[in-house]
Amino acid sequence: MAHATATVDVMRPPAPAERGVDVYNLKLGMWVFLASEVMFFTALIGSYIVLRFGASPNPWAQPGKVLSIQITAFNTFLLICSSVSMVKAYASIADGNVKLMKVWLLVTILCGATFVGIQVYEYTHLIHHGFQPSGYREGSELAELAAANPVPYGAATAGLYGSTFFTMTGFHGFHVTCGVISMTYVFIRALRGKYSQQDHRGIEVIGLYWHFVDLVWIILFTIVYLI
Amino acid sequence: MAETRHAHPPYLLIWLYLFVLTVAEIALAFELPFSRNVKLILLLLLALWKAFLVAMFFMHLKFEKWNLRLIAIVPLPLALILVLAVITEHVW
Repeated sequence: MAHATATVDVMRPPAPAERGVDVYNLKLGMWVFLASEVMFFTALIGSYIVLRFGASPNPWAQPGKVLSIQITAFNTFLLICSSVSMVKAYASIADGNVKLMKVWLLVTILCGATFVGIQVYEYTHLIHHGFQPSGYREGSELAELAAANPVPYGAATAGLYGSTFFTMTGFHGFHVTCGVISMTYVFIRALRGKYSQQDHRGIEVIGLYWHFVDLVWIILFTIVYLI
Repeated sequence: MAETRHAHPPYLLIWLYLFVLTVAEIALAFELPFSRNVKLILLLLLALWKAFLVAMFFMHLKFEKWNLRLIAIVPLPLALILVLAVITEHVW
């Protein structure tokens, strides 16, 4: 019965309660948090830019010499797909399709978890070949290659390369891990029927965080792996 | 009465855009017959374009009011100031 439908839309609360920004508190809080996250990642990326392009006259390792572009390109693709599945979950619940929302949420969690898994594989592979936060491990395969070809492998700047690489990608990986854990919590709540077409704030807010993590990776992938 | 929602943006089309831009980026990473600086600028432009698409369509900034958009925009000049300030460390 049309006249009996709920008239309160919590997605956009009444004006007196939210006069300033006209969004609900959870969403406003997430945006303010993301603004602070921009500054956090700027500190990391900014130091990398300064160290790489300014502080040292010696070149850094060329793209593809130490890091695998192929495996990370796949990871990038995976994260972009997970962003689409996340936004599809939001679109589904906004249209009132709870079942489809659960499916898309699950796809997003799986993509995110696979991303973290591949990053762990990448780290173990790199460390095995001698790439560490402190540079190329003495006596390792990479140290020998760098000694034979100092310019393409950036032998003189390996320490800076290792520390900035592991700090930036490590913090990003930590964010993805937090996203996967939070999204699993949201998924469990979804299974318990906590979200509806009238109130799906949790889905929108975790989506904002997830897309931000994807956005940071887009920048990181370019400046760390391709440049 | 509940609000009238805007139609969903074409998410799969955005995904296709992002995919094509990523492929273009990876192609640029290979040895190409133009200078490293041109390559660097192109790669950064592609990355910023992708980031812009994610923010506008997936994070729905395109459909938000300006007072919320401002929260997203304000840290950007601050980020630039921070990087420029740190760069002076080696310029001077």
